[in-house]
Amino acid sequence: MMERFYNPVLVKELKLRFRSFKSFSGLMFYLAVICLFIAGFLLLTTEFTGKGFFRPDTSFMMFAVLTILQMALVLFITPSLTAGAISSEREKQTLNILLTTTQSSTQIIIGKLLSSVAFLVLMLIAGLPLYSLVFLFGGVSPSQLISIFLFYLLTVVAIGSIGVMFSTITKRTIVAMISTYGSIIFLGGITAFFFFLTMAFHQMGNNISGTSFMSYFWASINPGALMLTLISPELGDELVRLSGVELPVWITYLIAYSLIIVLCLTIAIKKLRANMKSNR
Amino acid sequence: MIEIRDLTKRYGSFTALDQLNLSLEEGVVFGFVGANGAGKSTTFSILATLLSPTSGDALINGKSVIKEPKEVRKQIGYMPDFFGVYDQLKVDEYLDFYGASYGIGAADRKVLIPQLLELVNLTHKRYDYVDLLSRGMKQRLCLARALIHDPKVLILDEPASGLDPRARVEMRDILRNLKSMGKTILISSHILPELAEMCDEIGVIDNGKLIAHGNVASIQAQLQGEKRIVIKVTDQLNEVRAFLEEDPLISSIDLMDNRLEIAFNYRGTNADQVALLKKAILANLSIYALSEEEKDLEDVFMAITKGADNQ
Repeated sequence: MMERFYNPVLVKELKLRFRSFKSFSGLMFYLAVICLFIAGFLLLTTEFTGKGFFRPDTSFMMFAVLTILQMALVLFITPSLTAGAISSEREKQTLNILLTTTQSSTQIIIGKLLSSVAFLVLMLIAGLPLYSLVFLFGGVSPSQLISIFLFYLLTVVAIGSIGVMFSTITKRTIVAMISTYGSIIFLGGITAFFFFLTMAFHQMGNNISGTSFMSYFWASINPGALMLTLISPELGDELVRLSGVELPVWITYLIAYSLIIVLCLTIAIKKLRANMKSNR
Repeated sequence: MIEIRDLTKRYGSFTALDQLNLSLEEGVVFGFVGANGAGKSTTFSILATLLSPTSGDALINGKSVIKEPKEVRKQIGYMPDFFGVYDQLKVDEYLDFYGASYGIGAADRKVLIPQLLELVNLTHKRYDYVDLLSRGMKQRLCLARALIHDPKVLILDEPASGLDPRARVEMRDILRNLKSMGKTILISSHILPELAEMCDEIGVIDNGKLIAHGNVASIQAQLQGEKRIVIKVTDQLNEVRAFLEEDPLISSIDLMDNRLEIAFNYRGTNADQVALLKKAILANLSIYALSEEEKDLEDVFMAITKGADNQ
């Protein structure tokens, strides 16, 4: 039974990843950034005295900023882990040998994706003790934290799939990496720009306050916007109310990102053995 | 065991393989010879299911590389001309990974790995990192990797390239061993004498076309076409020359005055050669020796590929 679910690429990738110094330096960098932020935040709120009190709403503020910061870090790190998945094998001249084994394209792509996701999950878990500092001061519910972590995971898998796809269809890692960062800039930045643009356009045209379906759409596929609606649900309710789209933002996000995952992985699987007509 | 039918591969207007046909029996060691870019690697890539042909098909043990690539992969062990290894992976982990990639169970892999390492003389390197091995060792490890699922056919693209003489001899010994195990082996090389010694059959490819196929001796005969014959005389050098010039089957006559030797190209058959000799004796020419200049396979190959280029 175990053999059935055994993915050789996944096991090999995990072995290689956890043996490389780069992985641990990356993890250290990630934790160091969060530590610095928390230390800085605590020092600022206590006005560098180390004394004073910490109200639940301040704790909530720290939680909110930490959540956005963690999302930004995850978005920043994911491409570097996934955009070399296939192209680095091609560059190291190991891909041809891998493709002549009896592993299916699906197995290889999923193995590559899961190994990167596993490392990112390790990063998120390693950051949890720091993250849970906020529980010391209250203001945040555990269920909120869990839902935020689930959406981190969804985002990581989606960005990872984009990285693996670009890594498969482009010959060089550097090109795949630039393309993946480009996609992140689109999802994180351009969508926000479009949101404000469509909102302004809508308000100008109708001369009323409110927002259109398009601005709802742009906001709901933006990871930052989703995190904001998860941190303070009233923001999401407001967006739903103004746009008239009776669908919570997180559901739209879930659908959109699931579609991205399916689409990118399908392309990657189809293109892995691009020189063969049949993809088996 | 291997059946290649009208295999053609085109890249735009460039034809890498042009209606290649080849049939090989089980257990045969086949040497594929050709200059760089002649189409050897393209053929091997198609057989290894890495590349689709533009037209035609190839069957390995009855399985089509186009219709049943997964089945073909079970039958073949492929070693590319250029390959890399994973850093930070040990020799036994490297083999374990590929064993698992072929669906071999963990218990079987544990038994197989030491056996394969012994076959390729790498037992002492079992726990070393792969990227620290010498090129010859990497090449042997890659061969062990290609054998892990006990394939019937081995496709080895330039297995001896870049190896020093000792590593080359080691590789040759391993291949002899594999031949005795009954594997069908396809090897490409530009080092002909090595192939001649090891192969049952040889195919010569040039500009994507198979221009000769057969055992080493027949290839030599087939390709030679013209022989270079040397005659030694005691005197009468110019008379012998005049005599030879009359024969339409003779060309490129060279006189070597200082050694009293005449060399010439001869297009005739062995029977024609007998007739020529008789005629020379009847003409009272002072010939005391006649010999064919030995050509090794390398010269033959150079001659025929040059000929094909000029066409």
